[in-house]
Amino acid sequence: MIKILKYSFYDLMRSRWSYVYFIFYLLLGFVLLFLNNEISKAVITLMNVIIVLVPLIGTIFGVMYFYNSREFTELLLAQPIKRTSIFLGQFLGVASSLTLSLVLGLGIPFMMYGLFRSNAIWDFSLLLVTGAFLTFIFTALAFNIALSNENKIKGFGYAVLLWLFLAVIYDGFFLMSLILLEEYPLDTFSLVASMLNPIDLSRTLILLKLDISALLGYTGAVFKKFFGTDYGLSISIVILFLWTILPILSLKFKASKKDF
Amino acid sequence: MQFSYSLLFFLFLFCGGSVYGNTIEICESCPVRSIKEGISQASGYDTLLIKKGTYKEFNIVVDKPLTILGKGYPVVDGEDQGEIITIISDNVTVDGLFIINVGTSYTKDYAAIRVIKSKNFKIQNVVLEKLFFGIYLEKATDGIVYHNKIIGDAVEEFNSGNGIQLWYCKNIKVERNHVQRVRDGIYLEFSDEVIIKNNVSIDNVRYGLHFMFSNNDAYEGNTFENNGAGVAVMFSKNIRMSDNVFRKNWGTASFGLLLKEINDAEISGNIFEENTIGISIEGSNRIKYEKNSFTNNGWALKVRGACYGNSFVGNNFLYNSFDVSYNSKLNDNVFTGNYWSDYTGYDLDKNGVGDVPYRPVKLFSYIVNRTPETIILLRSLFMDIIDFSEKVSPVFTPDNLMDGAPLMKKVQ
Amino acid sequence: MIQVKNVYKKFGKNQVLSGLDLSINGGGIFAVLGPNGSGKTTLIKSILGMVIPDKGDILVQENLIKNKWKYRKDINYLPQIANFPGNLKVKELMAMIMDLRQKPGDGKNLIERFSLEPHLHKKLATLSGGTKQKVNIVLAFMFDSQLLVLDEPTTGLDPNALIQLKELLRKEKEQGKTILITSHILQFVEEMADEVIYLLEGKIYFKGSIADLKKKTNQDNFEHAIAAIASQTHD
Repeated sequence: MIKILKYSFYDLMRSRWSYVYFIFYLLLGFVLLFLNNEISKAVITLMNVIIVLVPLIGTIFGVMYFYNSREFTELLLAQPIKRTSIFLGQFLGVASSLTLSLVLGLGIPFMMYGLFRSNAIWDFSLLLVTGAFLTFIFTALAFNIALSNENKIKGFGYAVLLWLFLAVIYDGFFLMSLILLEEYPLDTFSLVASMLNPIDLSRTLILLKLDISALLGYTGAVFKKFFGTDYGLSISIVILFLWTILPILSLKFKASKKDF
Repeated sequence: MQFSYSLLFFLFLFCGGSVYGNTIEICESCPVRSIKEGISQASGYDTLLIKKGTYKEFNIVVDKPLTILGKGYPVVDGEDQGEIITIISDNVTVDGLFIINVGTSYTKDYAAIRVIKSKNFKIQNVVLEKLFFGIYLEKATDGIVYHNKIIGDAVEEFNSGNGIQLWYCKNIKVERNHVQRVRDGIYLEFSDEVIIKNNVSIDNVRYGLHFMFSNNDAYEGNTFENNGAGVAVMFSKNIRMSDNVFRKNWGTASFGLLLKEINDAEISGNIFEENTIGISIEGSNRIKYEKNSFTNNGWALKVRGACYGNSFVGNNFLYNSFDVSYNSKLNDNVFTGNYWSDYTGYDLDKNGVGDVPYRPVKLFSYIVNRTPETIILLRSLFMDIIDFSEKVSPVFTPDNLMDGAPLMKKVQ
Repeated sequence: MIQVKNVYKKFGKNQVLSGLDLSINGGGIFAVLGPNGSGKTTLIKSILGMVIPDKGDILVQENLIKNKWKYRKDINYLPQIANFPGNLKVKELMAMIMDLRQKPGDGKNLIERFSLEPHLHKKLATLSGGTKQKVNIVLAFMFDSQLLVLDEPTTGLDPNALIQLKELLRKEKEQGKTILITSHILQFVEEMADEVIYLLEGKIYFKGSIADLKKKTNQDNFEHAIAAIASQTHD
């Protein structure tokens, strides 16, 4: 598996797309810092970008890579290599090269702007960690979709739909149900609902850092316990791990059943 | 005990030189061994010099103009029996005592030092610990409470007292005190012309500073941090609040500053940082907000009920979850020339003022007011889209509530 | 060498293999023929473990292959469409496959044989289809394995390369190896194959030497014999 990871990673590191992605983040970082003139402010804008774009890029890139490397995959399948190693290796290759682009692309401009001297460094690191998680989660989801759909167009369609659903539509339903059910105690419901969507979950994790003052304004006891103590942070991270592991397990399972 | 011995000595010399009385020394081996005894022996304008040691006394009544001066921080231990020092004479100075164990009662407000109907008093360099009420000024005037340290151990509101309390007082200066872990750090009721300056009030159970029915007062340069809520100013007129720091007042409906039924006040140069609500404003009119900085608060301003004729000019609103929240569609307040970190407009003519107005009230803040749990959707793409559409065509938010001249750079 | 026992495979509604039995023993070149969609590639891929049968067993060298992967060390496979990761250079690809197989490979002779030296440092994405197929062949013949599985090896080859390929196949056969080939080029099959396996509707319709096939169909010509087999089924 490590070998496949190595080769996929190597392959990707030389591909145009990794550079596009890397340069995109690099530019984004510089533009944000240039426009905002300040790290703390740029970090907040960046959060919106990470929550929305990282999943989108992870999904699309994952699906694209999977379809484009189909023949390569077949070549590998005929080699004496364990099946799951091939897919896990490729997945890890894609996810880690995307993560690397993200971390370097954003890290470089922020470091040049004096991140280490800024007290936004923890917020920034949290953002990158969350971004890495989201990359892994959405690449794994994309691989799952691609594995289940022979048809490229369909696969792309589902992938984009998945992103759209988790990034926007889900929150719409979430909001509607909160407003409709407002007479009932909702804090457990709303926490659970945000755990069920990796994008919301990552957002919550970041809110814990950026907006704790506002979150603590809410009266519910469950909310209070969740946001007011380390409880929330630990639970969020555990569930984020689950979100990463589950699609990978499903990927493993699907890969062992799939015909080529 | 951060004040040096020499300073005390100097003060002693200064006081001793300026007052024309005798000095009575009090210590364990002296002829006079208790403070009460000292007071009864002293005549007006004498100085009681209390030497280092522990004095287990309470209900000490100072009924003559005396200077009670501690040397090397003598401990006055009330043994939880009741009130410790009660001043009922004018021209009394209390300096350099370490007072502990004030009695707690549910019927009487025992204080470490109480001043009743007196003038020209001075309480300074006193350290209070294990107290119920700290320094209690009752119908006192023309006094100074300077450089005291009050450290309580309050946990609940109902069985704790206030650090410094002013009740029907006039013309008092409260300066450079440090108040920690009591109910209200500093409490004013029916007290006018009071100046509260450079105090630090932290970790208090209720408020850092609390005004009720007090007029023409000022507080400036104080720090209020991590209190149940920062400062509550209620039913008062002409209060000047400037250059204070309100930090980390976190919790349900907790705030840096609460204004309730306040008219004609001036709030300037303050820093509000990481509070759940920066300023909570209810029914307050004709208030000028100038050059304040609101940084990383949940809500920088929460405006409730009818508030008229307020103006917000030259303030910084930085990275707050919500800048302004309103619960009505009406607006009679002016926002202009503020800096908003959320502002995304441009300045083509380079005059430092954005060319498009900024609308500080987000639709989302309405939704959160209505259904608080929705706070969990803060910063989601969906909410951003909704906020954006509301910005384009305001339906729920007051359409004249905007900053027509948002600044492009922070106010320094 | 290879035993396929009662194998079924369905893709969606399409029953591709239905109770296929096949046994290949000893060396020689075995050509798998059949009309489009008869399951040639599916059969090959089943043997390689790329397609997982719904039912039935496949044994390679006496071992069940289900969920195993080590047996592929002794199989060289040439896939139908040679499409490689475009960012790799030819040389790197070879090194990579060698690295992955953990087996010494002799690429040098093969590279010379197919005159690939000028392409070694080119990226695979820039190569023509024929050149890619040559690379594909080199990769398949580089290793010394007992079993070779070649899916349409002649696709895109120029005449010279085709001659080289035939020579290679003969050499491998002389070494007693088992070679499984699918091809549409009947001429090539007639020239090279020791045995023909004719697949139809997911079953082995015929298995035997070309001579047997001619005899069975009463045809002198191999092409006609194949055509006859195909038409017999419609009777």
